[in-house]
Amino acid sequence: MPAPSDHSITLTVNGTAETLTLPDPRVSLLDALRQRLKLTGTKKGCDHGQCGACTVIVNGRRINSCLSLAVMHDGDQITTIEGLGAPGALAPMQAAFLHHDGFQCGYCTPGQIMSATAMLDEARAGWPSVVSGDLTAPSLSDDEIRERMSGNLCRCAAYPNIVAAIREVADTAPEDAA
Amino acid sequence: MRAFTYARAATPADAIGAAGRLIAGGTNLLDLMKLEVETPDRLLDVNHIGLDEIAPDGDGLRVGALVRNADLAADDRVRRDWPLLSRALLAGASGQIRNRATTGGNLMQRTRCPYFYDLAAACNKRDPGTGCDALAGKNRNHAILGASDRCIATYPGDMAVALTALDAVVEIEGAGGTRRVPVGDFRRLPGDTPERDTVLEPGDLIRAVTLPAPTGGRQVYRKVRDRRSYAFALVSVAVDVTVTGGSITRAALALGGIAPRPWRDPAAEALLVGRSPDAAGFAAAADAILQGARGWGENDFKIPLARRTIIAALAEATGTDVRTAA
Amino acid sequence: MSAPIESKLHHKMDRPDSDNLLDRTAQGVISAPLDRPEGPLKVTGRATYADEDHPDDIAHGVLARATIGRGWVVGMNTAEVRAMPGVLDVIRDPRLLRSPAQGQAARAPVQNPAEIFYVGQPVALVVAETLEQARHAAQAIRATYEAREPVALVDGQDYAAPPGKQASQGDLDAAMTDAAHRIDVTYTTPAMSHASMEPHAAVASWNGNRLTVRCSNQMLKHNVAELADSLGIRAKNVRILSQYVGGGFGSKLGISHESVAAAIAAKRLGRPVSVALHRRTVFEATMRRSETRQRVRLACGADGRLTGVGHEVWVSNLKGETFSEPVTQATPFTYAGENRVIGHHVARVNQTTAGSMRAPGEAVGVPIMECAMDELAEAAGIDPVELRILNVPDSDPSTGKDFSSNRLADCLRAGAEAFGWSQRRQPGQRREGEWLIGLGMASAVRVNMLEESEASVILLPDGTARVETDMTDIGTGSYAILTQIAAEALGLPMDRVTTVLGDSDLPPASGSGGSFGAASSGSAVMLAAQAIRMQLAKRLGCDEAELTLKDGAAIAGNRVTPLAEVLDGDTLKGNGLIQPGKAEKSTRQASWGAQFAEVAVSALTGEVRLRRLEATFACGRILNEKTARSQCLGGMTFGIGSALTEEVMNDPRDGHFVNRDMAEYHIPANLDVPAMTVTFLPDRDPYANPMQAKGIGELACCGTAGAIVNAIHNATGIRVRDFPVTVDKLLDRLP
Repeated sequence: MPAPSDHSITLTVNGTAETLTLPDPRVSLLDALRQRLKLTGTKKGCDHGQCGACTVIVNGRRINSCLSLAVMHDGDQITTIEGLGAPGALAPMQAAFLHHDGFQCGYCTPGQIMSATAMLDEARAGWPSVVSGDLTAPSLSDDEIRERMSGNLCRCAAYPNIVAAIREVADTAPEDAA
Repeated sequence: MRAFTYARAATPADAIGAAGRLIAGGTNLLDLMKLEVETPDRLLDVNHIGLDEIAPDGDGLRVGALVRNADLAADDRVRRDWPLLSRALLAGASGQIRNRATTGGNLMQRTRCPYFYDLAAACNKRDPGTGCDALAGKNRNHAILGASDRCIATYPGDMAVALTALDAVVEIEGAGGTRRVPVGDFRRLPGDTPERDTVLEPGDLIRAVTLPAPTGGRQVYRKVRDRRSYAFALVSVAVDVTVTGGSITRAALALGGIAPRPWRDPAAEALLVGRSPDAAGFAAAADAILQGARGWGENDFKIPLARRTIIAALAEATGTDVRTAA
Repeated sequence: MSAPIESKLHHKMDRPDSDNLLDRTAQGVISAPLDRPEGPLKVTGRATYADEDHPDDIAHGVLARATIGRGWVVGMNTAEVRAMPGVLDVIRDPRLLRSPAQGQAARAPVQNPAEIFYVGQPVALVVAETLEQARHAAQAIRATYEAREPVALVDGQDYAAPPGKQASQGDLDAAMTDAAHRIDVTYTTPAMSHASMEPHAAVASWNGNRLTVRCSNQMLKHNVAELADSLGIRAKNVRILSQYVGGGFGSKLGISHESVAAAIAAKRLGRPVSVALHRRTVFEATMRRSETRQRVRLACGADGRLTGVGHEVWVSNLKGETFSEPVTQATPFTYAGENRVIGHHVARVNQTTAGSMRAPGEAVGVPIMECAMDELAEAAGIDPVELRILNVPDSDPSTGKDFSSNRLADCLRAGAEAFGWSQRRQPGQRREGEWLIGLGMASAVRVNMLEESEASVILLPDGTARVETDMTDIGTGSYAILTQIAAEALGLPMDRVTTVLGDSDLPPASGSGGSFGAASSGSAVMLAAQAIRMQLAKRLGCDEAELTLKDGAAIAGNRVTPLAEVLDGDTLKGNGLIQPGKAEKSTRQASWGAQFAEVAVSALTGEVRLRRLEATFACGRILNEKTARSQCLGGMTFGIGSALTEEVMNDPRDGHFVNRDMAEYHIPANLDVPAMTVTFLPDRDPYANPMQAKGIGELACCGTAGAIVNAIHNATGIRVRDFPVTVDKLLDRLP
């Protein structure tokens, strides 16, 4: 068995550079956020990329933080739910989830919101989905939202309300929201 | 997860011939490492070695091994000229996973056999010589073609199924130089050595996947699964078919979820060529592909399901109104 | 600040409610579709769940699992594992649990990790400095066993028929013989898993003899008793915190492995310990819903009136568990018929413990009864909605008791109208290209319950109020509705009421379960607030009934007085206690609904696409229209899962839970869930509780699967009697 060696990494989390010394490269990005940086808004639902509760945005892309080692993200820009908004200063997606009751127990919620936020960027960039009729010109129907959000499971099954919340944000042009 | 050392490679040369396991997206490898199904003692991170471009290759396309699934699916050229590939990629996993998973890594994806995932179970793929608990176990998801009595696991991916139908080629660089292997031949049949999933040798690096010129055919990816999204295929069918003047002039067809590798049968495709697209012809092709199929109990249904899905995919691709697949 | 002036209001539900306080208050927040007050914390990641408050010196525990299905652990490589990097302890304490506690057990469940009853049963806790070290070390545990042949599957097993769970009246066999139309069918449903998004987790720390555990549990007063009994300590020395529970659905009713293991480890190590179950452990070592086999016999006359109803069921559980899925719970009273048989049989198997999962009983019993009714409607040539309306009984046909309220026929009529039921055609008659289209429906019914619950409401001198109870909010909306009830009763805007939950040091509530949580804990809060209303009335020299409270002011006679003035610097505290009484025993109480589904089934591949799901419910007063609707959407989605996607698969050799992860145990994903409509009929049930509200969250999953499976039949003409309806079960009968 190889001897463990320290890894010093820098993650820019919610705009702040955080230097972490990891004695063990086994630490997932998820556990680094939750345990080392105490950013417990990012949730561990399955730890195997099967539920989406751990979704964060890395360098502009949504990923499952459980399926990544922290050491693989040295130098990366990471946005977690804590960086999106705060009580009293909710981001539009957070406010829409609140008003549409897009959650119940709340455990999958940060992952849903991070995923939805990045998903709308993907949709605005014209990315298609498997339910797109025309791959070259997809439009964001409700079924498109459902498919694009299917990597975020919700056992309380707030799905219809999640779709409604995302629909509201999607239908608000970015310049209006600013 | 067992302890390991971690290092970053800076160039492809760092990765070729390197000891230990290469990690790119990590979406499958880390899943397996957490469960200690995979126990590498060294990880070499290849996320920063380049190989992440999609570039024209004659009339075709050269896709770097580190191009992410999401980028490949969204590429304008792929969407326009190889929509089958886009659709297959988008039918797999989730948006989050596609943002990490890479072209090369996805070819390496290991089986979802639950006994492979269970250290307490006998599994010749994981621990050669221990047996196969799937043979008399819960084998609903298992192979009906290409299996052996040592292993009945399937390749679970979608991308490679489309690439197989599209005659794509894997470009591999190893100690002996560069070699090119059709995607359809990249994964091995288990035979007596199910522990070897692919033709890769230690120290090899997948550099790229190349797509030949677009066929201009009608392309369909039909994936049948137990949940509408975020689930592996029970059966998937990739079809690229050209109909000219009322008859089929060219057909490529690959199946996923039913074999240890994407399954293609040129003889069955030949049956379609020269015929008008109709239910009887689709059924004949399906029956030819499935001629040697066998079930292992719970997966017996995959034979009729594959047959029906082939017919449905061909019907959709050719715009044929098929009322029944009985 | 001076000590609060306390008063109590203790109400036993012996008579129907005649006061109906919440219909004579003036604030207007009750029933309103208000946002959840804790919502901002949840959408910003600031709500603290079980494994999220780690002291700096925390150690991490991971459970090691049994790899056999039955036998004894006779050895273990503990010395080897103890020597691994970072390992602090390997614990095989006999107090570790075999199974989680069943709901409301209030005592220790079966303990001792040395005797193995199912694959995946925890055999030891490995504790290390880091999670990574503990996880690897737990995987390195090797036990040696004295193994016995496990009872892997129920197939071919002997079933016991507990005498208290059988019933019959009249002569069902004769009714079947004499019937104009009859059906005698057997259906099966698979074992299912709760799959809450938050895995079970506990962080335990000791201060002397006092134990504090932050964990994810649904019923704190019972959980304290269970944990104390399991550890052999006094309940007064146990404090449990579950302010936010990431879903339960029954899987967190009782304490589970993690709390006991963390408490033992923290005591041994003298430092706090976190034990968060791996998702696989949640699946295989917490709880499942039993698989069921159900034989339904229905007999009716030429006019469609039922003359006989038989419902016999076969379920399973581990040895030593008293719980068995009460599949027939609603059968005795849902439909008329003078000749009746109820049968209940239990097999003992070596599989994951069976326990309560959302609507235990009705969730699987009602859909099957509703499929059988669909079969009878077809046999009798009567419209399925009409057949049901025809057989709504005037009183409970098994006991003769009156219904406290029976709105089934109203729900059926309103639901059918809203859905467009009249568009339904004969099976296999509607096609859109490749897709066969069908409509189906089912009644929904769930027993209604009330449990003892206590709460305090404190009205502070500044006219703000605080609600305190150890009730939990598992996503159900407790924070919202308890705040609304107190605000309504005290005439305060929502933002002047704070609700504190999930701390066992607070007054003991019913807990969340059985859909009794809102009604029970809500009644306690209402009574506590009522006690304060009485104090305020006394101060104003009027009767409570003459007092109007609104927007922070008291209106009595012609005078409006700000509450702060009435309080005059005092703090008033009301303590409310609700207890079930004769009202429950004297009537048959249930909540009611009707569900309608539209599906498309591929004629080529058998793939099923749910297109529409619409439900109409009558469940007493709605406390918050928004959270109530969300509960229903969630329940209906549980029904989608049981109809189409969810199934625990057990290995035929050792019974182990094969698909024990979220990739292979298919809870519905977003795309599986279509547009859904929920309608509540205006309703009050004075026999239920002083708020006249009833259970909601479980009702919504009773029947749904039946509506979907009946729609599949209407689309294809195929009856699938083995849930879930996956493609393989349709293939050989597709056109």
